[in-house]
Amino acid sequence: MTRRSVVFAALLLLAACGGQTGGAGAISTLPRTNLTVFAAASLKPPFDQIGARILTTKNVSVTSSYAGTQTLTAQLTQGAPADVFASADTAHMTTVQTAGLLSGPSRLFAHNKLEIAVARRNPKGVHTLADLTRSGLVVVLADPSVPAGKYAQQALSMAHVTVHPASLELQVTGVLSKVALGEADAGIVYVSDIVTDGRVDGIAIPDSQNVIAEYPIAALKGASNSAGAQAFIDLVLSPDGQAILQGAGFQGV
Amino acid sequence: MSQGRVPAALLALAGLGLLFFLLPLAGLIVRAPWDQAIGAIESPETGTALSLSLFCSLAATAVALVLGIPLAFVLSKTTGHLRSVMRALTTLPMVLPPVVGGVALLLAFGRKGLVGSILYQAFGIQIPFTTAAAVMAETFVAMPFLVIAVEGGLRSLDPRYEEAARALGARGWMVFARVTLPLLRPAIFSGAVLCWARALGEFGATITFAGNFPGRTQTVPVAVYVALETRPESGIVLSLILLAVSLAVLVGMRDRWLGAL
Repeated sequence: MTRRSVVFAALLLLAACGGQTGGAGAISTLPRTNLTVFAAASLKPPFDQIGARILTTKNVSVTSSYAGTQTLTAQLTQGAPADVFASADTAHMTTVQTAGLLSGPSRLFAHNKLEIAVARRNPKGVHTLADLTRSGLVVVLADPSVPAGKYAQQALSMAHVTVHPASLELQVTGVLSKVALGEADAGIVYVSDIVTDGRVDGIAIPDSQNVIAEYPIAALKGASNSAGAQAFIDLVLSPDGQAILQGAGFQGV
Repeated sequence: MSQGRVPAALLALAGLGLLFFLLPLAGLIVRAPWDQAIGAIESPETGTALSLSLFCSLAATAVALVLGIPLAFVLSKTTGHLRSVMRALTTLPMVLPPVVGGVALLLAFGRKGLVGSILYQAFGIQIPFTTAAAVMAETFVAMPFLVIAVEGGLRSLDPRYEEAARALGARGWMVFARVTLPLLRPAIFSGAVLCWARALGEFGATITFAGNFPGRTQTVPVAVYVALETRPESGIVLSLILLAVSLAVLVGMRDRWLGAL
């Protein structure tokens, strides 16, 4: 690094710090606290907004780890430090609860449904789950260990359809990106994924074949910021939080 | 240690470094569910992943031999700028994060990719999500190890053998096949073993480019990753298998083979 670039980097750093403290100070007089949220991959769009909201209202700076719920569950049971856990199904929340990691009961905060993701304007003419069995159609699902994959299996069995997927992705966003990149023709994802992702179109699955995904949230016992954790959960359950979730394609509770 | 006493501080730091390598391995061995190990090895999922991994890594090594030896040969004969560029290209996959390699492969050989779109439109061939994709991902990441080893061997070769063969009337290809290749055997062997071991352990590029499906693209490292989240025991057992293979490679090659690098 040349001297000039060091100076430039230092200036950048200063500007970044100044921006943060200045911005927060202008809006909130509360001391800045940090919060770590482990959330299912599908929750990224609304939780990023909720994180931005709680930064301005409560001066809580949220760092989120979005991944497949099963990945987060494994990390939590291995001792990963976090304040809040939001799961895409109740089974994994139960696993974390059984491990004695929750500081209180979990609360359901959102529902979601499944939809078929296809390329824009549906060039392959996919209209039903049964269409996914068509030969030559490249279908990608989430792995059955992932909540989205488990829900997709349930939906397919309700529709009496056996799909031969090209790949079993380890988080639902992996399914979405394979369809968005054009490498897969179709995939089963959440309605919310399609609402927030402009790169794909959604094909609705009728309620008789659809699954209602349940999203519970809970504060974790080892939380380093339990007040912040409670504030975050309260915001998620509040009308404000519910409106953000609904805007992102989730159903409120 | 015949070169005199090593300062105590260095010794302590070296010991710490060694411990850092040793402890994770110890953790794997101590925490391994030995009572379930046999069952996990015999389970069909493990067997499927193992045989797929064996096939893919051997295929990747074969491709690397066919393409990598000529590449090393050409590299060793080039000089100047061209050589630096070629060398950088060849070694790039060694330093590139494998996931990035996977994304790059997807953008080149995917259905919408640079080359992949032509293949798909002209012949209806789709590479991602196939075993071929897993082999390509492993080749991409592992071939540099072979090229580097063989190039090293070529550079330390006494040119007089080739000159003598030429003086006796042998043509270019004849010299390469009858003189150069046999002399290179140790370098090719060590390069191939390193390449194979790297291919066997490949994870990031594979899962990104080839996806994850048992029996088709779920190699042992991918299976370890998936299993660790749902069935940790079989994940640990699969890890132990990979560890044993790596140790066997190291013991089998010993210092003199690694010295070729």
